[in-house]
Amino acid sequence: MQHDNLVEIEDVAFGYGARPVLKGINLTARRGQVIAIMGSSGCGKTTLLRLIGGQLKPGQGTVRVAGESLGDLDQAGLYRLRRKMGMLFQFGALFTDISVFDNVAFQLREHTDLPEDAIRDLVLMKLHAVGLRGAAHLMPAELSGGMARRVALARAIALDPMLVMYDEPFAGLDPISLGVTGNLIRRLTDTLGLTSLVVTHDVQESLKIVDYVYFVSEGVIVAEGTADEIRNSELPYVHQFVHGEADGPVPFHYPAPSYADDLRLRGKGA
Amino acid sequence: MLRQSIENLGNRTIQVVWRIGFATRFFLATLLHSGTAFRRFGLTIREMYFSGVLSLIIILVSGLFVGMVLALQGYETLQTYGSEEALGILVALSLVRELGPVVAALLFASRAGSAITAEIGLMKATEQLSAMEMMAVDPIARVVAPRFWAGVISMPLLAALFSAMGIFGGYLVGVQLIGVDEGAFWSQMQSAVDFEQDILNGVIKSVVFGVAITAIALFEGYDAPPTAEGVSGATTRTVVTSSLAVLALDFVLTAFMFRGIS
Amino acid sequence: MNKTILDLWVGLFVITGIAALLFLALKVGSMSAVNTSNSYEVVARFDNIGGLKPRAPVKSAGVVVGRVADISFDNESFEAAVTLRLDKRYAFPKDTSAAIMTSGLLGEQYIGLEAGGDSQVLKDQDRITLTQSAVVLENLIGQFIYGKAQEGAPQ
Repeated sequence: MQHDNLVEIEDVAFGYGARPVLKGINLTARRGQVIAIMGSSGCGKTTLLRLIGGQLKPGQGTVRVAGESLGDLDQAGLYRLRRKMGMLFQFGALFTDISVFDNVAFQLREHTDLPEDAIRDLVLMKLHAVGLRGAAHLMPAELSGGMARRVALARAIALDPMLVMYDEPFAGLDPISLGVTGNLIRRLTDTLGLTSLVVTHDVQESLKIVDYVYFVSEGVIVAEGTADEIRNSELPYVHQFVHGEADGPVPFHYPAPSYADDLRLRGKGA
Repeated sequence: MLRQSIENLGNRTIQVVWRIGFATRFFLATLLHSGTAFRRFGLTIREMYFSGVLSLIIILVSGLFVGMVLALQGYETLQTYGSEEALGILVALSLVRELGPVVAALLFASRAGSAITAEIGLMKATEQLSAMEMMAVDPIARVVAPRFWAGVISMPLLAALFSAMGIFGGYLVGVQLIGVDEGAFWSQMQSAVDFEQDILNGVIKSVVFGVAITAIALFEGYDAPPTAEGVSGATTRTVVTSSLAVLALDFVLTAFMFRGIS
Repeated sequence: MNKTILDLWVGLFVITGIAALLFLALKVGSMSAVNTSNSYEVVARFDNIGGLKPRAPVKSAGVVVGRVADISFDNESFEAAVTLRLDKRYAFPKDTSAAIMTSGLLGEQYIGLEAGGDSQVLKDQDRITLTQSAVVLENLIGQFIYGKAQEGAPQ
């Protein structure tokens, strides 16, 4: 099962009801890399992650993870594959009724028969990796946003997955937490031999850590390349995105009738 | 105009039918995935604490007061016919047959049902259910089924406690306060209340109510739009829908159980 | 919440709940009254049973000795056939009489057994021949008015 590409997405289209979100996406993620999927809000990035996780089924095209086509798997097969995936949700999605320790231990207790001593050691190791071993006894409500995300990261890597997906890991973090989270993603990917798939719209932070970038706009991939290629790209959309310009291919104004018409600035008789 | 309203009606109908279908599938999935709830009974015990033990206070206090009021009102009426001794019968039969299961179920719906909906809805809104799915753990088996069985087990116990407490309240007011003869109070009650006809049927009723309330509460939470308004709306709907369901089911069950008796 | 404390509370809840059920079954209801396996049945025929219902008590000297098991209508003699299920502990002479009584003025109806003097006792499926029907209020009032009218009539 030595495929060089861990995730392969071929010509995938998906829509909620009649509204198409993705219209023919091609994307591959090589083992051991940090891949970023960028695009403006609501362009279908999160949908893409859910397709890879098998929570949604594509209307067309195939999604392959570790050589297995998700469309061909039944519930049991999907669950077996998911044990090798970790996912970090936008706001952590920690279980609020149990402690940090129990959150990280959750998958170990559900999927393994390890004795409680072994679980305790494993959990503390994972928490140590994200620098929160001391917070094991806290409840999720007592954590700051950045800490909650790091706990969620520890939980995502609890079963040593081969693929970790991050849904907007940088949203709503202060600059310090931002740097910490970015570094963690890179370091864990390298030390644990993971493949990371980061969905984000934080260009500056993610360009520091990623190997390869895909730009999604209006349901298709509009640009791709390494971090340097993207930084120096002359494509108008990428340029606007990377430099955060207010106007460009993505217009500042929502489509509207002429401004003058709306304000009735024409002469009465016109 | 006419076309518009017909379209609206059609749309509504499709939505209602779709929702009923979804609810049925959800209920069946819950039953099918109940293995975990029994294999790891600790999960169910934990939920019994939240739905059963935390409802105890309101159930016991309400039961006591309902029984006391029944005794006061019943005495007033029975006195007119000179049969105050039948007070025990009146209190016990109304509690065991109707008030115990029904009022306990209504209290359970507003105390535990709403809490279940809010909890599940919040878990959905904060992507906890999604996260669980991604961790290869089925939320129906891990979250929904234990809450369902906890509710189904707790409800008859709560209803029995409500009735027992009510009869005790009736005894306090009827015998201790008003002075109905104690022996007559208990013996008349015993000769009139039948185990199978009255008590067993009351227990069956409360089990059915427990199934209805927890199923509705879980479904509303699972189906709630993942927003703050969505969850609060679903919580309200749980209380309204499950209360109506309890009253409607009570009528149907009573018609089946006590037809031909009296 | 500590798991053992939680378990303890749920345990207490279940115990009190079951205790409440037992209280209802034994103290409020009368599960112990007549045991089906320790009983025998006798049949009594009445011209009119009034408001008698199945499961109504059967009393002798005021003590509950059994219950009405079944009520049916005999289409040949045009009488009501009432099956009484009596406790085996109590034996009654063959010439025992049964009467339908009312507890209180408007209370529930029950069957009263008055023991006779026969040396033989009633056995399973025996028949009680001496019966007294229910007092029907309309008949009673009718008799009363008739009696008054007789009294007041000129001799």
